[in-house]
Amino acid sequence: MELTPLLIANARLLGGDPVRLLVERGRIAALNPLETPGGAETVDARGQWLAPGIIDLGVFATDKPAFHFGGITRAALMPDSGPLDGAGLVERAAKGGKPDLWVHPLAAATKGLAGRELAEIGLMKQAGARAVATGRARIADAGVMRRVLAYAASLGLTVIAHAEDEGLTAGAVATDGEMATRLGLASAPAIAEAMAIARDLCLVEETGAPIHFRQVTTARGLDLIRGAKAKGLPVTCGITPAHLFLSDTAIGDFRTFARLSPPLRSEDDRHACLSAIADGTIDVLTSGHDPRGPEDKRLPFAEAQPGMAGAETLLAMGLQLVRDGHISAARLFDLLAANPAKLLGLEAGRIEPGLEADLILIDEGTPWQVDAKKMAAWAGNTPFDGMPVQGRATMLWKGGQRIR
Amino acid sequence: MRFSHLDPKRSALMTSATTRPASDYPPGGDAFRHRHLIGIAQLAPWEISYVLDAAEEWVEMNRSGAAKHDDRLAGLTIINAFFENSTRTLLSFEIAGKRLGADVVNMHAAQSSVKKGETLIDTAMTLNAMRADAMVIRHQSSGAVQLIADKVDCPVLNAGDGRHEHPTQALLDALTIRRRLGKVEGLTIAICGDVLHSRVARSNILALTLLGNEVRIVAPPTLTPPAMERMHVTTFTDMDEGLKDADVVMMLRLQNERMDGAYLPSAREYHALYGLTPKRLEKAKPQAIVMHPGPMNRGVEIDSSVADHPTRSTITEQVEMGVAVRMACLDILTRRKRGVPGWN
Repeated sequence: MELTPLLIANARLLGGDPVRLLVERGRIAALNPLETPGGAETVDARGQWLAPGIIDLGVFATDKPAFHFGGITRAALMPDSGPLDGAGLVERAAKGGKPDLWVHPLAAATKGLAGRELAEIGLMKQAGARAVATGRARIADAGVMRRVLAYAASLGLTVIAHAEDEGLTAGAVATDGEMATRLGLASAPAIAEAMAIARDLCLVEETGAPIHFRQVTTARGLDLIRGAKAKGLPVTCGITPAHLFLSDTAIGDFRTFARLSPPLRSEDDRHACLSAIADGTIDVLTSGHDPRGPEDKRLPFAEAQPGMAGAETLLAMGLQLVRDGHISAARLFDLLAANPAKLLGLEAGRIEPGLEADLILIDEGTPWQVDAKKMAAWAGNTPFDGMPVQGRATMLWKGGQRIR
Repeated sequence: MRFSHLDPKRSALMTSATTRPASDYPPGGDAFRHRHLIGIAQLAPWEISYVLDAAEEWVEMNRSGAAKHDDRLAGLTIINAFFENSTRTLLSFEIAGKRLGADVVNMHAAQSSVKKGETLIDTAMTLNAMRADAMVIRHQSSGAVQLIADKVDCPVLNAGDGRHEHPTQALLDALTIRRRLGKVEGLTIAICGDVLHSRVARSNILALTLLGNEVRIVAPPTLTPPAMERMHVTTFTDMDEGLKDADVVMMLRLQNERMDGAYLPSAREYHALYGLTPKRLEKAKPQAIVMHPGPMNRGVEIDSSVADHPTRSTITEQVEMGVAVRMACLDILTRRKRGVPGWN
């Protein structure tokens, strides 16, 4: 199908300079072109922000309405549902987004995600896997983790790890602290995260293999990442807006929408996360999108499943970080698009001639209220329910095709 | 050793209402403005006092020989929904409801559809559709009782949820202390044992600190919850030190499954370090009372000679106060429904 050329005019590139952008044959053709080809469709952005489509690194469901609402054009799918531990499963998951969403499956590191035997990572790479992931939990056995890291590195793939020591967190549904004690919830010390990171950093140092910690949420954990980066180790890490905007006080009244993995932390740790996103320690901002219906959430707190529907609020919460002065708009889109693309080895996530035209227009000022009952996601389990926010994606293109 | 954050003098002033008779309170919901009784955390000190005062009247009636009956709840249906096994608390609530003339129905989890996979909310909606006038609920998960209370149309009384709260136990303990020692303020109270897994401990810590007492926790470090200093209590791992000059020694039940090596090496070692023996009790004040919510593990957390001490042990009196306190709670929480003047 031949696409007509597209000209987006009167936009501001990442909220900065005015820009006109030409798209031809589904790819970005030129920034501020001197002349426009005949028959081009023109979109007047009326001063809205033009940004690369968001690349959401580590989601648990292919939930298109939520991703499209949130300005997400590519989703890296965690291997947990399935689990994605074979080439056929990976190939099918990769097709799950067609035609209007890129899905990049993450290969399960071990067979059945059981943490014991290596999965067929090489065959899954051939089937389209862009990275390897340990799933919702870490690999408990350090010997297995070492082999996973070395094997994935030989194939040029990064291992995306979960950082919680399973011994300390066994049975826990919250972080040690006043809130967990008052509510009578089983809790684990926050150092469970730093201990897991410390082990894996030793293995990274030994193998030279790249690792990405999907979520780092504590001061101690972030200090370890900072130190490892200073040493030049191939380490990156991510976070979700929940741990930047909420602390464990949000679980008061046993709100199961605030039951997350890892659990919400203390206010001190939250501030450490904000510092780390400002100073560059954190590389990726992700939604952790994990929609859960009432059968998983309308339960006593400890019996409910962890997870949040985060895709729709990711952009608005990211823009809040910019408004609050923690990061620049340019850095926000490094966190949301450029860095995840680099990690997955994708030629995407930036606005440069030659790349796929995955683009969003953002009305960064428009106010709206998060409402769990009116979400586009197939479940409304957002910990930000009721919160007034600003900014949303108004238009979205995937490969030059207008999706919304 | 650290001391409590509370200033005893200030606390004593704040809680001077603890010995006020119920007749001093204004009629109307202001004396107890809650629809449910989910936890001590929601209560103000005067509300605790109000319940204790109301319970005193039922103590009198319960002791008055043959005529242990009042008809004020006649025609009301109370459902005791116990999702976790219980004999004593269930019996206590059943007697309390029946002495007030209510129709009391018991539902045990073992006999219910919970075992068949029905969700808690669905069970709650089913009970609600049966038009109960009050529900008494026990559940093994923290927060479960509040979850039900948010969905039903009648008052809900928490008879224990997970490790969270057991408010009627704390109220009956406060009443026992007040009757034995003449007050429940400005006292030094040592709560000893498995605090980590104990809803009794949490409710008692909240109630007793709120009323202006110095509360100590005596527990092995493996059974002490995190951030206890934020609960305004002092923690001890040495039993002798923790009992020093205490007015009240409150023992907690140690569940058998805690003694298998995960939290404690053995029952024998626990008794050696944390068992309440006559010798240990000498560290407390000479007239100090000994409490236990039951059922006891004799020879583990408490020696029989202490548990059966005629003047110092309050264990059977606690059971007696339990019925009176639960009668008071059922009476107060159903006043709105019964159209008692001033309660709307």
